[in-house]
Amino acid sequence: MTKFVDNIPEGPLADKWTKYKADAKLVNPANRRNIDVIVVGTGLAGGAAAASLGEMGFNVKAFCFQDSPRRAHSIAAQGGINAAKNYQNDGDSTYRLFYDTIKGGDYRSREANVYRLAEVSANIIDQCVAQGVPFAREYGGLLDNRSFGGVQVQRTFYAKGQTGQQLLIGAYQALSRQINKGTVTMYNRHEMMEIVKIDGKARGIIARNLITGEVERHSAHAVVVASGGYGNVFFLSTNAMGSNATAAWKSYKSGAHFANSCYVQIHPTCIPVTGDHQSKLTLMSESLRNDGRIWVPKKKEDSQAIAKGEKTALDIAEDDRDYYLERRYPAFGNLVPRDVASRAAKERCDAGFGVNKTGQAVFLDFADAIARFGKEGVAARYGNLFQMYEKITAENPYEMPMKIYPAIHYTMGGVWVDYNLQTAVPGLFAAGEANFSDHGANRLGASALMQGLADGYFVLPYTISNYLADDIRTGAISTEHAEFEKAEKNVQDRLDFFMDNKGSKTVDYFHKKLGKVMWEKCGMARNKQGLEEAIVEIKAIRDEFWKEVRVPGVQNSFNQELEKAGRVADFIELGDLMCRDALNREESCGGHFREEHQTAEGEAMRNDADYTYVAAWEYKGENETPELHKEDLKFENIELKQRSYK
Amino acid sequence: MNLTLKVWRQNGAEDKGRIVEYKMSDISPDMSFLEMMDVLNEELIEKGDEPVAFDHDCREGICGMCSMYINGEPHGPEDLITTCQLHMRSFKDGDTIYIEPWRAAAFPVIKDLVVDRTAFDAIIQVGGYVSVNTSGNTQDANSLPVPKADADKAFDAATCIGCGACVATCKNSSAMLFTSAKISHLALLPQGKVEAQERALNMVEKMDELGFGNCTNTGDCEVQCPKGISLENIALMNREFLSASIKSEK
Repeated sequence: MTKFVDNIPEGPLADKWTKYKADAKLVNPANRRNIDVIVVGTGLAGGAAAASLGEMGFNVKAFCFQDSPRRAHSIAAQGGINAAKNYQNDGDSTYRLFYDTIKGGDYRSREANVYRLAEVSANIIDQCVAQGVPFAREYGGLLDNRSFGGVQVQRTFYAKGQTGQQLLIGAYQALSRQINKGTVTMYNRHEMMEIVKIDGKARGIIARNLITGEVERHSAHAVVVASGGYGNVFFLSTNAMGSNATAAWKSYKSGAHFANSCYVQIHPTCIPVTGDHQSKLTLMSESLRNDGRIWVPKKKEDSQAIAKGEKTALDIAEDDRDYYLERRYPAFGNLVPRDVASRAAKERCDAGFGVNKTGQAVFLDFADAIARFGKEGVAARYGNLFQMYEKITAENPYEMPMKIYPAIHYTMGGVWVDYNLQTAVPGLFAAGEANFSDHGANRLGASALMQGLADGYFVLPYTISNYLADDIRTGAISTEHAEFEKAEKNVQDRLDFFMDNKGSKTVDYFHKKLGKVMWEKCGMARNKQGLEEAIVEIKAIRDEFWKEVRVPGVQNSFNQELEKAGRVADFIELGDLMCRDALNREESCGGHFREEHQTAEGEAMRNDADYTYVAAWEYKGENETPELHKEDLKFENIELKQRSYK
Repeated sequence: MNLTLKVWRQNGAEDKGRIVEYKMSDISPDMSFLEMMDVLNEELIEKGDEPVAFDHDCREGICGMCSMYINGEPHGPEDLITTCQLHMRSFKDGDTIYIEPWRAAAFPVIKDLVVDRTAFDAIIQVGGYVSVNTSGNTQDANSLPVPKADADKAFDAATCIGCGACVATCKNSSAMLFTSAKISHLALLPQGKVEAQERALNMVEKMDELGFGNCTNTGDCEVQCPKGISLENIALMNREFLSASIKSEK
């Protein structure tokens, strides 16, 4: 069992990272080429880390399950990336971004990590512009900014509604340059299946070549897991179909702790579900809330008439509309943080004011914005989003308000890491959405891209070097070691099981069943009874899965059902942990809303006296209850307050 | 809706491949095309058959992974969308739909509708970037103003998702639209200008080497591109390439 310490440097908050960098151990350039680093995932965090470590001269092996590193789901991020540049002269600063992030995260993140994030944010924009990322510009040629939920400054940089795409392509290009130079070897269509530990340290992975089905051993002196979040536990989410938790979950099972798994972000502006065939949910960028106004009818009979198709939004008079966010939160209005906006939508729909046939939709209306900027002005800001909406729903949002509803979008929880982004397993690092570190109980809009790139470009290169400085005499790690043999056998046994188990139900059957339990009982609102039921139900799903799952085809070939089977097996186990974590946390904070803990007005009620800690769970073995470790969060620079956006 | 699907099945690169017919019933017009394929696959697995392999990931038109040739068009009948954004309301009850993989020598079939597009990565690797290392000391992002018109044009070129529809639809299997989009994106920005000519030379050379065909100005790539990447990029690339070839000492 490794030590459970945060490794935060001593000294004043604003000096910690500078001091860390000054004190960090380095690896001499001549030694770097003899040191191998594995990076799993090529999104913003993984792609940026692999490129940067390659530039430094380490021998990097990068893995992604997609057919190209450019496909990672960071690409789908729409709205923007935050940075404390203060280009708009509206009072922004490193401290302000730090403060907003801590407050937005409902005081459940680590001060030192968040401050570092705010500190490097400005470098990210400089770096990306130098790479040729085409951010939006004003007529004078300088960078443009927009505002995002939960803040009162304009610090969000963007490239229309495709900011994630442009940043990811920037990282992908930097990565491609290193592949060409030979410092990075790229393994496309490879899935990480197991972490290999030798003498307690992470020393490699077992990966499956998804084209040939071959199981491969890859060794390294350090392993970075940057494989994204676990939103697909819910089956329906805004994540890509292939987004999975396997690399993070295998990290947990190899001794890394899994922290705050109950903190799940529900995004308020997604296209509502239309039917059982639905395979995923589509997000409409939060930036739409800059100019769109959210409302439902004041009268239930109007909502019912709209649901039946007897009326449309345009038939509802201005006085009969309830702009409920503006009513409840006059200071922030439609720009309240995501968790607040999502719960407010659920509250209205649960009360019977929903505006489609499932009763689960509210309006996002651009009529005022079109009156103010003209149709062209709105198109310049949101053109591609409007187009996307129309393609999916066959309704024109320039003429008819959009219908939206919250959906699972991002997971704040993840693999526990210290200040170095190192997990409880030495040599195993976790970055980006895969770790738990910076967003507390709720992430602010445009902060995911910031964190991914901060971890990959500016944090890991220092902290990994610091770790690897002790490995310069180790020499190459042999894949013939008994631990590789053992890990490979585990992987092989599981693949054999799936192929030999001639069950009666498809993988998706189980995934959908799990998702339904999670959404109903561990979704936007949770309670003790529901969570306890969910744990029992998930156990039943798990038992049935291992008895009845059917995987067609053969193992040594391209077999997408086999890929899914492994991922869903891990989602089922993770779902159980999420419910346990949610059950343990007897308070409402950020993305975790326990119905037992709310004010008379339905606002979340934190319990700072008992729960100002990170809940890090340690794996104790198959069918054993995981052990809870508490990392107390100390707030020395910010006063804990009940969040208010009124 | 009831439909007849004629789907290309090919068990690996060595297999010859064939069209197989499937009957589909009770398809909702609200389904996406890939959700219809999910339904087909669930039915096939339940019958004990192998599902149809196809690439897909984000299902919101941005990752570039989905790649189906539907009724003779990459990404199907509608304009400016990827296969994952195509909905069944674009078809009629009783329709027969042909579904095939991208076909190009540089994109060998892996299985059924899945092809290998790593050739695109290889083109980017020889120059589709600005040679700048990660550094906390890069100059301030606003130190170099970029005219909005250039920035916007660069952005338009940079929206290419690397799906390969341009190659699939081209009678010569040319990768000119893809390659030129990257060359223009970077050449239009001051940060990318320094290496513009060398980039054009290297990327074009790689493109030829990988077996992509030449451009004969038919323009089908622009028509079929889900992101509306403009043919003007090819003109810009040719200009960069020509000027570089004259100056080049290679």
